Formats: sequence, structure tokens, C-alpha cells
Amino acid sequence: MARFGMVIDTKKCVGCMDCVVACKTENNVPEGYNRDWIVTVSNGKFPDIHLEIQSQRCNHCDNTPCVSCCPTGASHVEEFGKIVLVTHNMCIGCKACVAACPYDARFVNPEGYADKCTFCMHRVEKGELPACVSVCPTHCMYFGDLDDPNSEVSKLIASRKNHTLIPEAGTSPRIYYLT
Amino acid sequence: MQELTTTRHNLHIDPSMTVWGWEIPVYLFIGGMVAGMMIISGYFLFSNRYKETNCACYTLPIISLILLSVGMSALFLDLEHKLFVWRLYTTFKIASPMSWGAWILILVYPIIIANLLMGPPKFLINKFPKISLVTTYINQHPRLIQNIGVANMLLGGLLGVYTGILLSTMAARPLWNSSMLWVLFLVSGLSTAAAFVHMIAKNVKERELLAKADNGFLTIEIFVIALMIIGLLTSTKVHIHAAELLLSGAYAPVFWVFVVGNGIIIPLIIQLLAVNHKIKHTPIAPIMVIIGGLILRFVIVSAGQHSHWLNAHFK
Repeated sequence: MARFGMVIDTKKCVGCMDCVVACKTENNVPEGYNRDWIVTVSNGKFPDIHLEIQSQRCNHCDNTPCVSCCPTGASHVEEFGKIVLVTHNMCIGCKACVAACPYDARFVNPEGYADKCTFCMHRVEKGELPACVSVCPTHCMYFGDLDDPNSEVSKLIASRKNHTLIPEAGTSPRIYYLT
Repeated sequence: MQELTTTRHNLHIDPSMTVWGWEIPVYLFIGGMVAGMMIISGYFLFSNRYKETNCACYTLPIISLILLSVGMSALFLDLEHKLFVWRLYTTFKIASPMSWGAWILILVYPIIIANLLMGPPKFLINKFPKISLVTTYINQHPRLIQNIGVANMLLGGLLGVYTGILLSTMAARPLWNSSMLWVLFLVSGLSTAAAFVHMIAKNVKERELLAKADNGFLTIEIFVIALMIIGLLTSTKVHIHAAELLLSGAYAPVFWVFVVGNGIIIPLIIQLLAVNHKIKHTPIAPIMVIIGGLILRFVIVSAGQHSHWLNAHFK
């Protein structure tokens, strides 16, 4: 079974927020909330400044504190692609998973359940790419099976310098940023 | 220079997390205090102190039941998907402290009720006269009373420990991620419960005993707070930042003045004078301890949500 992950090339990302808009449109994300967002990290001192633009979302971690803290099993790892999901009608809205995520990737949907990126599973199941990946005008985002050494994502991770977000938190995130 | 800008502004997530408001601190405080009351009442039953006149073990169960129901109501109010609350009891998730807590709370009620049935209040007997049959049966079996005492101490201990573990298992919040947090919440629960019993006790010996016990709990609490802060300060950069929230950050004034000062040190001094018969026992010190325990939960819940791993993200 696949283990889906994402690779984002920060050398190509221009922070246009197309991925953000696509996600909101595709998933009917309520007004005022985001399942994905853009973070700009600036390091250094003029003229030696390093700028990295990151399209961020739930990292669909291998070690999932959001799943282990859930008292009802609403928050779970789906067998298909090991995608981390929330079953809406099982979620009681206790917000433990929201607090347990070191990336602050979750929020409480106004309807009461914990909400987050689903890797657009409804699209991926049909063989399509997640909405954010499919609309990226610079083609900086890649999606695929991390367990398949021949997949594009695996090859990019193997060949390019990359990092994940907050690896110190020990969650083994599955979104890689090429630098 | 390091600068991070984000386009995300999710409600109660940004700029810092505030998903848990007043409900959770109130629930944790009441849960801890009820846990302390169960342990104290259980001890009175186990050590045969229940035979003394006006023993608090006859009044504590009804107060515990009322308080616990208030606490659970606060927990219910915090839920965003209230109609699905029953989902808690369709499964047991071994890795989820909240699941443990939900089931512990279910077990706590019958144990407190067993204690209550030893000497139910008059209004209950008047309404349900058959209760007196159960009361008679329990009181004819001293070993059963001792077992009810042990069950109260055990379940009380579990309840008190759980209120701390609920937060400390969340590694994403560095301030909570301390193995001392459950000890702090358990000792604080015992201390607030002892203060409460000290305040309401009609038996003079019992009042003295509880004041002395409370002094012990308050002293231990100071050491536990010190150990928790030392633990954070000797850990990673993000944990040091988390400790600084209490030591010199936004939460420092409230923490040092209302939790440590007014909630522990001043009442400890007052109660030390009282147990040494330098001054009379008054409700002032117990009230300060109880308020201090409540503010402790507010500070820990709020500061813990504010603490995060973002500092480690800066390279």
C-alpha cells in the first residue's frame, strides 16, 4: 500500500497562493480558515538574505500525535495512502488533536469538527492530483508514493537537498521542502 | 535577522493558540479537587476515622458529586460537536488520555455514590427511604467500608493523575510536555481538597489534621513547581522558551503573584501559624489555596497553548 507524501521545490515557489485558493475552492473551506497557507522565511542580513517560500499544510506525519490523542478514533490514518483524516461524524470537537499538532495545521470547522488538509483524497482516489498540486503555475509541487523508490517524489528527495518542518518534534512529517 | 510571515490566520490558532478557553481550566481544577476529596474521604474510611462524630467523609461525597457534575458540564460546554459526545463511550483508545479520562469519570461516580450511601443526607433518605437499607448493610460490614475507602483513594488518584497527563502527553506544547505536570496537578488537587475540608470541617481534630496535611501538600507543590521549571530549563531551546513564559514572560506576574505567592506561600505561612496555635484557624488561607489552584490551571492551560515549536524552526 502506498504512503503518500509531497515534495515542494522552494526554488520554484513564488508564493502566488494559487494552491491556497485551489484548496479553498475544491474543499469548500469556510471563510476565515485555511487548510494550506504560505509561509515566507527570511534569514540573514542585507545583502546576504536567504528567502524561502513554503506552501504549508498538514504534514500527514508517520508518527501522528493528533491520531493517538483522539478519544473517539475520529482522527485516524486511512489505509489508502496512509493519509491522516478526520471522520466528521465521529469527532466530538474536543480540540485535543488541534493542540497536539506541532504545526498548528488543524482548526475547528464552524460545523464543530476538527478540519485539516486531506491530500484531496477524493481526487487522489480517482487518480488525480491534489487540487493544490494540480493548479501550481510554477510546477513546484510534487505528489506521490514515498515508499516507491521510482516515484518522482522519492527521486527528488534522493537527489536534491531538502528538509522537513520541525523534525525535532519527532513526528516524521511527509512533506519535504527542496532547497 | 530571522523573519517569518504567514498568510494563515485561522481562528483560535493564530497568532497563538487559544482553542481551550475557561472551560478546560475549570474542569481540570474541579477534577483535581474532587480527586483530592476522594483520596481524603477514602483515607478517613480506610483508617476508621469515619467512626468519629462529624467526620467529613459523610459530607464530602455529596459535595464531590455536585462539583464533578459542574466540572463535566464545563467539559461538555467546551466540546464543539456536542451532539456527538456519546462517541466517547463507544470506544476505548488506549493511547488517548482523554479516552482514559472519559472512562475514569464513569467509574468515579459509582465509587463516590458508594461512599455517599454510608451516610446519605436526610433529603435523600426522605425521598428514597429504601436507601437506608443499603446504608444499614454497608455499616454492618466494616471490611466493605474499608474497601470503599481504598476504591475512593485509587480512583481519586487516577482522576488526579489523569488531569495532568491529559496535557503532558502533548509534545507539541513544550510547557505541558513535562513528566512533572501530573505530579503538580495531583498535589495541587490534594492541597485544594485539604484546604476545602479544613474550611468546612466540624470536627476540631480533623481540621487540625487537614491544615497540617495541606501544609505538607503546599510544601511539596513548591518543590514540584521548582523541579518542573528546572526540567524545562535543562531541556531543549523550545522548552527553555516555555519555562521563560512563567519565569519572566507574559504569564510571570500572574504565576508568581497569584499562584506561588497568594496561592501557596502566604497561605502556608498562615496555616503554619494556625497549626502552631499562634493564630486562629480562619477560612482565609484555605480560600487563597483554592483560588491559587484555580489560577494555576488557567496559567498552565493558557501558557501551554502559547508555547510552541516554532522557535526551533528558525535555522
